[in-house]
Amino acid sequence: MNNIHVRTKVNGDEVDFLCDPRETLLDCLRDKLHLTGSKEGCGTGDCGACSVVLEGRLVCACLVLGVEVEGQTVDTVEGIAQGQDLHPLQEKFIKYAALQCGICTPGILMATKNLLERNPNPTETEVRYWLAGNLCRCTGYDKIIRAIMDTAADMREAG
Amino acid sequence: MKYHSPDSFHAAAEISANAPGSTRFLAGGTDVLVQLRSDIFTPDNLIDIKNIEGAKAINRSANGDWNIGAAVSGAEMNENEELKSEWPGIVEAVDLIGSTQIQGRATLVGNLCNGSPAADTVPALIAADASVAVQSPNGERIMKVADVPRSPGKTNFQKGDVVKNVIVPAKKNKSSDAYLRFIPRTEMDIAVVGCGVWLQLSADGFIVSARISLGAVAPTVFKVDSAADILIGKQLDDDTLHKLAATASAACNPITDRRGTVEYRTHIAGVLAERTAKIAYQRAGV
Ligand SMILES: Cc1cc2nc3c(=O)[nH]c(=O)nc-3n(C[C@H](O)[C@H](O)[C@H](O)COP(=O)(O)OP(=O)(O)OC[C@H]3O[C@@H](n4cnc5c(N)ncnc54)[C@H](O)[C@@H]3O)c2cc1C
Ligand code: FES
Ligand code: FES
Repeated sequence: MNNIHVRTKVNGDEVDFLCDPRETLLDCLRDKLHLTGSKEGCGTGDCGACSVVLEGRLVCACLVLGVEVEGQTVDTVEGIAQGQDLHPLQEKFIKYAALQCGICTPGILMATKNLLERNPNPTETEVRYWLAGNLCRCTGYDKIIRAIMDTAADMREAG
Repeated sequence: MKYHSPDSFHAAAEISANAPGSTRFLAGGTDVLVQLRSDIFTPDNLIDIKNIEGAKAINRSANGDWNIGAAVSGAEMNENEELKSEWPGIVEAVDLIGSTQIQGRATLVGNLCNGSPAADTVPALIAADASVAVQSPNGERIMKVADVPRSPGKTNFQKGDVVKNVIVPAKKNKSSDAYLRFIPRTEMDIAVVGCGVWLQLSADGFIVSARISLGAVAPTVFKVDSAADILIGKQLDDDTLHKLAATASAACNPITDRRGTVEYRTHIAGVLAERTAKIAYQRAGV
């Protein structure tokens, strides 16, 4: 096998791994770096369970190769809480019961955090469109949307 | 599969021409990786073009033409306000591709080179009279986007050809474009029909120049000159719109699949041609 050495920054830490060029970033995060927060729902870009932020952009980790992230920065769901302090989105998701099985949740948290950094005051329609690539089999979306709108309002107030 | 990350388009062309076995270029990877993951196609050589200098740039030539690098993502185009105001149809077409996550990666060039008859940006690029700059081991040439599609999944590029950038002409006075597609859902689906229209008006609102292109209603995206001709010298009165719809429908040669029948696609092509022309007309008049 023709393994390639990849150096990258994940959640602020310099890390490196060896991977086969066919392995996706999602495989590398989960199997080599043991960051299993990002999930594989479909493996073909449809469900968003694998959403991570690459160089500041939301992407599907299942549609990026491990070798492509050489020298780049990757942010995953493992990086959004500060130690024991949950991110405001995580707290609201718990409060609103915006998750059931939880498979879609890491991807939705990453997608929403990225949205609120770009637009702290989105309309419900904007949130729904932004999340069009994040599928949830369990909740029916309503609680997710309410948790997000409430978090956004709180975060604006907190400045 | 061997992964290559050349630092020039010439080097990319050389690898593609000379490497043993099959090759694919890697732009955003949203088609290539799906094919790889689904065991549809794994190339022997994957040539990543994203680390080539200039591949991620949007800039303008001295004559005002736009050069959109082969690795520029849909999200990056959408954030370029000047491009959006000159070519709203192209930007709305690229914006329709997939979700936010897909937008962060997917490129115009990948959409074109994947060769799908339903590719959303291709009718918009053809209506805009866009070209591509193609690098081969022997040199560079310019090719019209309209001449690229060959058959479903195939293009007219030769082994060793790599696209450097898309060239979109500078906006002409009193002109504009629009793109509409029809899908059964509101997001995340493949076009049943796509339609791109570009129009230029005279000072008193008569159409002096027009281009129309249809997607998903024939083996390739194609330019519909017969429909564009209907519009010349006209304003968009009802009679002209009806003739436009009938001509666009008549040009279709679709298939029946689970997204729509031949009859349905043919009808929708006419409806979309009318609606898209109205939007382009309104934009061009402003
Ligand atoms: C969930 C999902 C939803 C999607 N929705 C849509 C949609 O709504 N509409 C739509 O049209 N498409 C859609 N697509 C398909 C895909 O996203 C688009 O076709 C996209 O534009 C491909 O661009 P890319 O940069 O990712 O291409 P890649 O996958 O990198 O490449 C695609 C093809 O282009 C070739 N290529 C790439 N760069 C070059 C180059 N510089 N020179 C020559 N050849 C090159 C490659 O060899 C390959 O054959 C969707 C895909 C997914 C996964
Ligand atoms: S696992 Fe990546 S989008 Fe579904
Ligand atoms: S909570 Fe189960 S998929 Fe969303």
